[in-house]
Amino acid sequence: MLCLLLILGIGVMETSAEEFLVQSMQTSQQDEFVPIDELETEDQLPAAPLLIAAYGFAWIAMFVYLWSIWRRLARVERELASLASRTTER
Amino acid sequence: MMQRMFPPLIVLAMIFFVCAPVFIAWAPYESTMGLVQKIFYFHLPSWAAMFVAAIVCGIASVVFLFKGRVIADRIAVASAELAVVFGLIGLVSGPLWARKAWGVWWQWDARLTMALVLWMIFVAYLLLREYGGPGSEKLAAGVALFGMANVPFVYWSVNVWRTVHPTTNVVPTLVPGMRGALWWSLIGFLLLYALAMMARVRLEEQRATLERVYRELDD
Amino acid sequence: MKRFFAVAFLIMRKDLRVETRSLELFLTTLFFAVSSVLVFAFGFVRNGRPVENAVAGILWIAIAFAGTLALGRTFERERYHDVLRSLLLAPVDRPAIYVGKLLGILTLLAAVEVVVVPLIALLFQAPLFRHPVLLFLLLLLGTLGFTAVGTLFGAMLVRARSRDVLLPVLLYPITIPVIIAGVRGTAVLLQPEMDLAIVRAWIGMLAFFDVVFITLSLWTFEPVMTE
Repeated sequence: MLCLLLILGIGVMETSAEEFLVQSMQTSQQDEFVPIDELETEDQLPAAPLLIAAYGFAWIAMFVYLWSIWRRLARVERELASLASRTTER
Repeated sequence: MMQRMFPPLIVLAMIFFVCAPVFIAWAPYESTMGLVQKIFYFHLPSWAAMFVAAIVCGIASVVFLFKGRVIADRIAVASAELAVVFGLIGLVSGPLWARKAWGVWWQWDARLTMALVLWMIFVAYLLLREYGGPGSEKLAAGVALFGMANVPFVYWSVNVWRTVHPTTNVVPTLVPGMRGALWWSLIGFLLLYALAMMARVRLEEQRATLERVYRELDD
Repeated sequence: MKRFFAVAFLIMRKDLRVETRSLELFLTTLFFAVSSVLVFAFGFVRNGRPVENAVAGILWIAIAFAGTLALGRTFERERYHDVLRSLLLAPVDRPAIYVGKLLGILTLLAAVEVVVVPLIALLFQAPLFRHPVLLFLLLLLGTLGFTAVGTLFGAMLVRARSRDVLLPVLLYPITIPVIIAGVRGTAVLLQPEMDLAIVRAWIGMLAFFDVVFITLSLWTFEPVMTE
């Protein structure tokens, strides 16, 4: 019964989607990246700082996260080792 | 099995990430946006990795809720963290690109709003696990289901509504120079996701072992 | 199936009977909703007139805030008397308990909206009642979607720590699509030349979300509530 409800819901969604699509016909959306051969003359905003910031952030974020995993893992394994040595002492 | 796969995967990931800048630099410039469009080669793959992470978290949560397998819970929390990290990279790279391409940092169109909401759902997942007290693993699994249900909606929102964000038609219509660079980056990011998952799940397993040892010591 | 709904209605009647004795939740939630509307009134009114298109947003934010409060208080009351555990011990379909609580809270919010919506129409001189059927559908489906997720999370968090702050933290991101659809639909409704097709589209969206949320909630209620 739940599956029937879901199918019904998706059906309703499709009809709504058509209406929103009609709205979107009025202005065009970008749906293709068209390449050019030479670089256009830069206008107001220089792109390079934004590009560097984006890539830089991606690298830094990933690095920080992986380092945090490594740090937490090292701490847990250190504790495990100390416990193991304590139990073998007994 | 995972331990043995780790070193070769790291090597593979390194190769991908070292070669990526070369392919990205070689890719042709886009006509309306120029240099800044090259953020695309990190922006799309990071969101793709985020979607994968969200779906994996959702599936793992279903398994955990209905089958009670503990490994599923570990995979779920690891994947949720990665969804937040990759989502953050996507949320930062997007506005940096938008500032030049659209003239504004942010727009409340359907795609951006729903992507932000999706990211926030997984942040909420992590907050619940952290501050919800004992038993919050199951509750968080319930939240992850809603997060996973959101992913197709985010993906498809850009095709239904008039948004300032480009449609999904961009990817199939890429020229070869751009397509190669994109797929290379995409595979690199997915490799990164797999590696980080392995490390993070191992952390959870070690934590569980530690707890078990403490409990045994108390007896 | 009949038993399922019998149980659900029984739980709903129990909640409503408890509520009608003291009217605590209804009155406090209503007052809170009205206060929120007044806060928005001072925030969004310029030169004595409301900012354009603010009314739809104000209406739905008031519903969201009041709804969160009502959910929190309902389950706090359950927790205090340990009712939920007793219900879960009963030999009934767990999802029926969910539906029963959902209907109870929905009724409460509907009662609050009966007062708040005309009040907003009055305070902001907004022609909300020009198309009453459409407004009713929007409000019904929107409140249902919000309450469906809220009931699941409210019940889930009954035994959790920091439940007061975690309920909105979990609820708002997930129900934002419902609120957006409600706001957009109501905004179109308020325009002088209303585009019926667009309103119907938003109502369709709300129906879609309701179906998805209720399905997911019914699925997960039992495993999430059992230890």
